[in-house]
Amino acid sequence: ALPSWEIEGMQQRENAKNPKQALQVRRSSLSAWQIGERTAGPKTADLKSAQKHEKGKQQSASDRAGNSTQDHLEQALTYFERGKSSDNFNEVLQKHLATVESIALQRGLSPEGLDVLLNVALSGHLVNTRILKCLIPASVIAESSVVSAVSWLCVGKCSGSTQLLFLRWLIAMFDFIDHKEKLHALYGFFFCSLQDEKLGMQPHLQALLSLYKLFCPELVSITLPAKMKTYFKNSESLWKAAINTIRRRNQGTSPTSQQLILGTGHPQSRKRKWNTQLILPACSTDANNPTRSKEINHADILSHSESFPVEQLHTFSQLLQNIHRLEFPSQMGSVLRNSLLLHYINCIKDESIYLRLYYWMGQTLQEECTWYKLDNQQYEEEFKDFLDIVYKTECFLQEGFSSCEEFLYKSLPLWDGFCCRSQILRLVSWIPLSSFSEMKPHLCEPLAQLFFTSSLYFKCSVLESLKELLQNWLNWHVMQLDVESDPKISPLNTTLSGLVNSVAELIHFVGWIATVALHLENNATFLLYFILDFYETHSCPSLVFICVRIQRALKSLPFVHSFRYRTNLVAAKENELIKKTILQFKFSSQTYQEYNQYIMAMVGCLWTSSAFQKDIHPQGIRLDPEVLKKTRVQEVRNSFNIVHHPALMGYAILFLQQAWPEDKTLNFNLIKGRRWNWYLEYLYVQGLQGLKLFIESSINRVSQVSQTKSGNVQV
Amino acid sequence: MDTPDSGGMTPLGRKTAETGINFTSTTRFSRGLTFIRTHTLFGQSPTRRIIPQTSLLQENVDPQKIAFLLRKQWTLYSVTPMYKFSYGNLKEYSRLLSAFVAAEKQKGLAVEVGNDLGIKVTLSTLLGLKGTDQDQVAVLVQIASRSQLPFENAENKVVWSGWFCCISGDDLLESVPEDFTCLSLFLANGAESYTAIVGSWFQKTFDCYFSRLTISPLNLAWMAAMWTGCKVDSHMAATELVFSVPCIPQSLDISYAIHSEDAKALWDTVQKTPGEVTQEEVNLFMDCLYSHFHRHFKIHLSATRLVKVSTSIASAHCDGNIKILHSKHLIGVLTLLTELAISQIQ
Repeated sequence: ALPSWEIEGMQQRENAKNPKQALQVRRSSLSAWQIGERTAGPKTADLKSAQKHEKGKQQSASDRAGNSTQDHLEQALTYFERGKSSDNFNEVLQKHLATVESIALQRGLSPEGLDVLLNVALSGHLVNTRILKCLIPASVIAESSVVSAVSWLCVGKCSGSTQLLFLRWLIAMFDFIDHKEKLHALYGFFFCSLQDEKLGMQPHLQALLSLYKLFCPELVSITLPAKMKTYFKNSESLWKAAINTIRRRNQGTSPTSQQLILGTGHPQSRKRKWNTQLILPACSTDANNPTRSKEINHADILSHSESFPVEQLHTFSQLLQNIHRLEFPSQMGSVLRNSLLLHYINCIKDESIYLRLYYWMGQTLQEECTWYKLDNQQYEEEFKDFLDIVYKTECFLQEGFSSCEEFLYKSLPLWDGFCCRSQILRLVSWIPLSSFSEMKPHLCEPLAQLFFTSSLYFKCSVLESLKELLQNWLNWHVMQLDVESDPKISPLNTTLSGLVNSVAELIHFVGWIATVALHLENNATFLLYFILDFYETHSCPSLVFICVRIQRALKSLPFVHSFRYRTNLVAAKENELIKKTILQFKFSSQTYQEYNQYIMAMVGCLWTSSAFQKDIHPQGIRLDPEVLKKTRVQEVRNSFNIVHHPALMGYAILFLQQAWPEDKTLNFNLIKGRRWNWYLEYLYVQGLQGLKLFIESSINRVSQVSQTKSGNVQV
Repeated sequence: MDTPDSGGMTPLGRKTAETGINFTSTTRFSRGLTFIRTHTLFGQSPTRRIIPQTSLLQENVDPQKIAFLLRKQWTLYSVTPMYKFSYGNLKEYSRLLSAFVAAEKQKGLAVEVGNDLGIKVTLSTLLGLKGTDQDQVAVLVQIASRSQLPFENAENKVVWSGWFCCISGDDLLESVPEDFTCLSLFLANGAESYTAIVGSWFQKTFDCYFSRLTISPLNLAWMAAMWTGCKVDSHMAATELVFSVPCIPQSLDISYAIHSEDAKALWDTVQKTPGEVTQEEVNLFMDCLYSHFHRHFKIHLSATRLVKVSTSIASAHCDGNIKILHSKHLIGVLTLLTELAISQIQ
């Protein structure tokens, strides 16, 4: 076996050149100017050097100190990389070694630095023990460095004790290695080394074997000493303190996945209970539960196939090939990070899956919710990440989790509207469609309170989120229609009326908060944009309920003399008209009546100039004459017809300018009778197809010529 | 292994029909589970509680084990239903958990399964600890350390113990499929590091979730009232209520002790229907105590926070610690705690 290892070792050393080269490039561009030792740097470096010298004067002393430490480290690395010195007492060597040691223990070493030093240590350098003892990673260890190091072992250049130290280092640092696929392939080598006298007696390897034996007794046939007590006692201790120091130093950047699953090692935080560390469970088959393993064995006999462990599931085609014999992970929460398993559970009908996920997620959300905690700063980021994962999963499944819904219901009344805002609002958009009576007290009321008392930006975010919610409900409904084409499953009427009621309630709710918000925010254009966006997005049966809301929004318009809303308003009207084509749904007669009332109100505003006159609806648009008087708007009744409507007045002005170029008074009253019809044609030519559709479908004009003051509504 | 069809419409489906609008659907992560919150919506405390009539332990109870549970300080946890827990495998669980605990204690992974671990974990049933016949059998977990002295043939010393139970948890039990075991209340006594290890093992193995169960001042007041009303034959300890006043730099605790006869006399005037306690009665009872205190000390206890209640029956701390003193009332105390645990996981 040795020759092949030799070859691989050589290759690896070749490969390992790359990081070194990268290191050199970095060195020349960053630090050549600082010391002035190198005279021939690349031109870019010189340029930078010139600039930096200017800045250098302003640099703080600590910066300079940091830079020079970095520089010393790089000098030392260069020295080790090139140096073939065999003189252990060489002063230069000692100096560089001391530099490396102190920096490594303080800050940790970069992956490139580790690569250089590992190669030095295992190539038979005389100070290899000291080097190995200070190989503390600042972030990660490159897998290639480890593979390269293992290949050095095969060359036999270092002593048994060094090899042993390296193995201990490897075990201690295992979690820092960035990838492990290639490393896994080297396990055979580690097992081979058991036969080596020097290594074979080591308890660490025996420990691994006895672990194998515990869980898979059939795979390990060697007899192991019965009395082995301390296997790993010291393997970490050499490096542990340094690792902890550096981890604390770099806490902001260290990946959370490296935390231990058990919290027993962190007693300093009383708030942080052992069982509430926010770590998604690892995706693994359950080896512990004999109940489940027995079942699997039983299934084997029946199906003549082995089960497929989730750990081995990496590709979609694997999923397809093994879908009949896939095991679930022991902790269902782990599926959140595994899109393949999400595919799988999405197509399996097994209540226990949802129940396990339900309980796990519900408890995790509740335990981790940041605003229940006193010192929440520390965990907010973690919680945000978790909420993001939940949201992404919901998007993936196109379905909300009920545990998440309940969490929102429980926690929104205590929410400050600030903590994890975007995450929480996004989760709101995935609340499953259900009876609104439950949603109203638990979601709408606390949300409305926050809505009214928060910034404009928050208001817009809430509207956006409710828009998404409506969209998700409608999408869900469309899918249900497909599923339920079989009348045996569920009568269409029941589901549809449930849906329509909840959707209608939601739209009423949004209409209410939007109207209040418009008043509170002085009809801010930005806000109006989001309100209209809510109504525009959906061409669906729910649009029946929309127009009265639009009109409520319009109520505020006489006080805002602006044409900016034109596009949005017209677009909203266009959408509003699409409802006509979707009316094949079975609605109750009350729904029809309401629809007719809305149409009449629309016609009253746009066409018959009788705005604000009839109280057609409890939430309708009639206003007291007293109130209207207070607005001091002339000819209130006309103010929303197609000539005076703020959204259309621009067209009216252009029309007047073209029809009577000499008249500068802009007398809108000229547009009546035949000119009314011309004006209408003019509007159609301008591309207002929505308006055209609305007028042609809703207004039965007695005669094209006659002055149409009496609209006749039909549905 | 679960076949795709086996789920079908188990108790879940049966329940869904009772909840308002029937969204029979393909959606499962959301709608399929609506039933769960029909019972008590979001942990709201009920306004009326029945004091269990059959508060006596069942016949097959092991008195030694029950005595073991009494007069110890237990830390409370709620536990979500355990998936694929089997009472037939307790021995195997003991073996695996022993290995797991030993491995965790050694901070390494490899241990031999056998007797030389220095510790021994035993899982056993607590027969007879039931409120109703449907309740699942309570389970006791004990970690014993091997005596260091070889000549001593005494029993191993129990260094940590914990037990699962679910007394009168019918509502939860009915709502979950057969694969799940509902032992919603977990009580631990011993080093928290052991609790962490055992809890982690259960979480990993049975896909459940442990949460600390704290007791709100409202529920402490319920306990004060309910336990005051209980009859105790033997010596009656004083009823003591501890209130916490948030002060800077140190919080101030006010201890309010009442002769248990006096407290009982007060409660008897408050309680209208024997065997049943309502929220109004609890409020009235506490208000009477508060006004009495105010008359003497001019302190409004209602403005402070009730943190601890001790009576002859049991004592409870808001942090989620409990000590049960009387075996006759064991079931009654556990029924209330189970209810709190279930409301926390639903």
